[in-house]
Parts: sequence; structure tokens; C-alpha cells
Amino acid sequence: MPADRVMPTAEAADLIALTRQLAHRELAPQVVRHEADEIFPRDTFRLLGRAGLLSLPYPGEYGGGDQPYEVYLQVLEEIATVWASVGVGVSVHVLSCFGPAEFGTPEQRERWLPGLLGGEQLGAYCLSEPHAGSDPAAMRTRAVLRNDEYVLDGVKAWTTHGGQADFYKVMARTGTGISCFLVPANTPGLESDPPERKMGLTASHTTSIRLTDVRVPVENRVGAEGEGLKIALKGLDSGRLGIAAVATGLAQAALDAAVAYAQERETFGRAIIDHQGLSFLLADMAAAVEVSRAAYLSAARRRDLGLPFTRQASIAKLVATDNAMRVTTDAVQVLGGVGYTRDFPLERYLREAKVMQIFEGTNQIQRMVIGRSLAKDTKGIIRTAEGS
Amino acid sequence: MNIVVCVKYVPDAQADRTFSPDDNTTDRENVDGLLSELDEYPVEEALKLADATDGKVIVLTVGPEDATDAARKALQMGAHEAVHVQDDAIHGSDALATSKVLAAAIAKLEYDLILTGMASTDGSMGVVPAMLAERLGLPQITLASELTIEGGKAVIRRDNDASTEIIEASLPAVVSVTDQINEPRYPSFKGIMAAKKKPLQTWSLEDLGLTADEVGSAAAWTTVTSVAERPARTAGQVVTDEGDGGAKLVEFLAGAKLV
Repeated sequence: MPADRVMPTAEAADLIALTRQLAHRELAPQVVRHEADEIFPRDTFRLLGRAGLLSLPYPGEYGGGDQPYEVYLQVLEEIATVWASVGVGVSVHVLSCFGPAEFGTPEQRERWLPGLLGGEQLGAYCLSEPHAGSDPAAMRTRAVLRNDEYVLDGVKAWTTHGGQADFYKVMARTGTGISCFLVPANTPGLESDPPERKMGLTASHTTSIRLTDVRVPVENRVGAEGEGLKIALKGLDSGRLGIAAVATGLAQAALDAAVAYAQERETFGRAIIDHQGLSFLLADMAAAVEVSRAAYLSAARRRDLGLPFTRQASIAKLVATDNAMRVTTDAVQVLGGVGYTRDFPLERYLREAKVMQIFEGTNQIQRMVIGRSLAKDTKGIIRTAEGS
Repeated sequence: MNIVVCVKYVPDAQADRTFSPDDNTTDRENVDGLLSELDEYPVEEALKLADATDGKVIVLTVGPEDATDAARKALQMGAHEAVHVQDDAIHGSDALATSKVLAAAIAKLEYDLILTGMASTDGSMGVVPAMLAERLGLPQITLASELTIEGGKAVIRRDNDASTEIIEASLPAVVSVTDQINEPRYPSFKGIMAAKKKPLQTWSLEDLGLTADEVGSAAAWTTVTSVAERPARTAGQVVTDEGDGGAKLVEFLAGAKLV
């Protein structure tokens, strides 16, 4: 049963209807095979791109959809309800365009964005390294300026869309700081390792990226030298909202499957949903899903108004992914033995939920961000949606 | 080339559909409606023809207020204009009355070709294209799995069980198309935005020069007198073979009058 939604405009409501139709007709029939065989659904991203779903929160003049995060994130949630791997992929692609869109010069936007947002290309970003995950400032990948080119050397880890993307947003050390570069996938010296053998999200390929003497022109540096970490962390605030929406969609899928099963399955002469023990479990799951949605939408609306939302994004990511872990675990419990088999999608949901507590900043890092922000902003400012 | 595509707003076939207890018509209150899936094919075919000939696609739908959604979906796919005939008196119309309303609306439009789906996904009558052609005095070629326009003629391929027919008709003509003819496109978000600015007219029976007594349940030639839910499936009977399995099987089949 899909979530009830109140959308801000008629076109946003039509957009959700289109997303559901695409998800139901085109995505759903492919999920099981791609996840089981670990096949990346490249064509699915082309389909979503042509429908305009890969560029929703970016400006219309560059091919984006001009949609607020409040709308984009609900589209993302609907996709993830049917296929979490694709939901994560859309979030990663959108985040890979964040640097040039927010920090690019007018010339860079003109040059890069129509391609990145046009729907045919897929993006990836390289921030983490084998020894630098939660602490990206410890990265070792270097970019050295020689004449008009930067020469990049190093190894990046955990790159979603590694080996599949058309371009990579790469963070690398320049001098004392870190800088952000756009590197086309066909640049000589950029190589992808085989995909990691993961517990879940197996249709989404995650790889290491090796950069050996990779040369990119100066124009491919986004922002000033040394501004890279700021760009990466600012992007992560938005990326965390994306993951919160994806986790909410996954939890919704687990809840829907559990409720459907609980209405059919009978024990002691009645449907198990009519046994209070299970009904209360389902009620707690439903409450968790709604709270997750409320948390990411509340943060998204702050972002859409141009207000600070770092703390709220971390809270949404923390709450939505912890809730997804609990809801998918309890959904397996509702189904009992069959929930543990691969004949039902519930055990897969559980495996998929786990990584959401880890990537886009572990939930320990989220708590750190929230904790630090508590010491700063306690002014209790009252604002209106009109601004000021 | 101007192409009129007749489309229908139907209850979502994925949902639980019921009949209204008052008059045995489709209950539209308790189920989401949408553009009939079989009508996406004529819309797609019209868009392709219009692209190739720099033509115009006008979608026409007859139905309750919400039927605008079906017309809007076609506009989002790329149709240029839409007409929605809406009048409370139309409720309960049979295929004959529906074809009358469609014909009266089409008579007010400029057209070279009229496209329809092969049937609706709710009523599944499949007779409206023929009735429409008859009322408009136009040739009809139905169940096309391929359509080409050449030299003022429409040429279709119709695939039968054991043969394939190639049939042509002079334009203007009414052509119904099957779900084999193309792969309908999805709207894009740009299409959704563009559709907001496209003309969508609403006409009443009066606009068409028709009166309430010509349509609706009262004027219908057919009436659904009762509806009943299909009984739930019951468990099958297991025949244990104790040397007489064959005989028992025949006994069962004979009992059900199957042999």
C-alpha cells in the first residue's frame, strides 16, 4: 500500500503518479533478478533520466526539474520503496552533480550541467579512501598542478557506480587543502576494481577507483583550491536527506509486505494481524515509517527555504536509517520462518537496511554532528516561510 | 495531419474494482482512475504520425469530472490539445450512446484520421470504433498491429490466428489499434510541465447539440440487470489411485458434465 502524500503543487502530484507507474511497470519486474545476479541496471537509469527523474532538484535552465527537495525526496522515496539499489543510485547521481551546480563558475555550469543533468549520463563521487572514511580530511590522493593540468594519483574506496559512471567527482589533496575535480570516466589512468562483494544492495556496484597519473585540465576543478572538503561536506548534508528518503522507502516496503502477509496468514483461527501481539509490532513499524518521513520532510523544507539544515539532515539520516533497520528486522519477524527465506523479499530488505546506518556518514558521525551543533545554535529563532 | 484520438478514463485495473449497488454501473468513487492502458497505444501512434507529418494530436474523452486526468495524461505524453465531454446526463450510457456523443464531438473538430484503442480495459466492448465510423459515415479499419499513411490512404496490418490481412481505407477513416502496434512512451517531467499550458476544453451535451434523453441509462439499449462477485475458489478434489484411479477420474469428469 503506497504512502499517502500531500504534494505542494499539481505537477508534483503528477510527478509522484508518474514515478509510481514507472516503478510498478518498469522497475518492479527486474528487481529480484538484478539483485540475485548482482547486475547493475544501467538501462533503468536511462529510463529514469529520460523521464526527468535524475535531475529534479536542479535549475531548469540546465536541464533540471526546478523542484524543491520536499518533492525530489518523495520521488526518491517512491523509487526506493520498489528498488532500494536504484534509490541509492539516484541519490548518488544527484549528489555527484551538486559540486558543479552549487560551486561551479557560470562557464563550468554551462559546460557541464546540461550533460550531467540530461539523463543519459550517470555520475559517481570519490571521497572515501581505504583508511579515510569517517575522517575524509585524512585522505592521501593527491592532485599536483603541472602547467595547465592537474595530475591525480591515489586510491578511492566505496565508490557507488564505480565502473558504471560516466563521470566522477573526485576529492584530492592539493597543497595543504583538499580540492574537488570532475573527471570523465574515460580519462586515461582512471580504473575501477571489481565490485565489492556486499551483504545487500547487490545490484548497485561499489568499487575502488585507482587513479594513476590521471590528467585533468584546470577548468575541471570545481571551486577554489582548498575548497574541496567544504564542497564535499555541504553536499553530504543534502546526500543525507537522500539516504533518509531511501531508508524511509525501504521501511515502507517492509511494512507493506508485512501487513499484506499478516492479513492473509491465519493462526489459532484468525488472521495474525488480529492478534494483539503482532498488531502492536506492526503499529510500531508504521509509527517508525511515518516519523522517518516527517523527519526528512521537515529538514527538506528548511533547505528549500534557504535555512541552515545540517543538524536536521543528520537527525533525519540517523532516525530514518535506524528505523529502517528496526522495521525491516521486525518485518522478518512478522513473516516468521518464510520471512527468513529468499522466497520473500523481507530478508533482502533487512540486508539492504544495514548499510544505510553506515554510508553517507555512519550513524555515530551523525550523532557527532548533532551533538556538536547543540553547543552552538540554541537561539530558538522564530521564522516564517516567507523568509526573514 | 490532424489526428483525433478517443481515449477512456477507467478504474485502475490493478485495484479492486466493484459495481455501484444503485444502478450496476462501474463504481468510480472508491477506486483511482487512469487513462485506459489500451488507449496509450493509439496516443503513441498518433504522436509518431504527427511528429512525422508536423501534425496535431487532439485527444477526446467522454466521462465524469475526473476523466480530465486521462486527457491530461495524453497531453503529458505529447498530445497538443484535449476535449473533455462532461455532462451528468451521460452517466450510465451504453456503447451506442457513447459513440453518439463521440461522433457529435468529432463533428465539431477538424480531422484527417481518428484513432482508438482496440477496447476499453473496463467495459471491454470493443464496438465503439465501428459504431463511430458508421455514425460519421467513414470507413473503418480495425485491430491494426501496424499503420502507415500514404497518398491519402491509411494502410493497416491485421494479424489473425492463421493469416495476416493488409487493409487500406481512404482518409478520413476510423482506425483502431492493438497493443502490438508500438511501445507507448512515458510522459517526462518536462511533458508534465508543458501539459499545464496546453488547451483543454470541456464541452457539455448542449455544446454538441444533444439532449439528455438521447444518452445515459434511460436511453441505453442494454442494461446490466444484476452483478455478482465470482464465488471464491474452493479446494480441489484429490483422487487417490488405489488401482481404480482412471475410473474415479472419469466418474468425476462425468459428474461435472465435462465428458
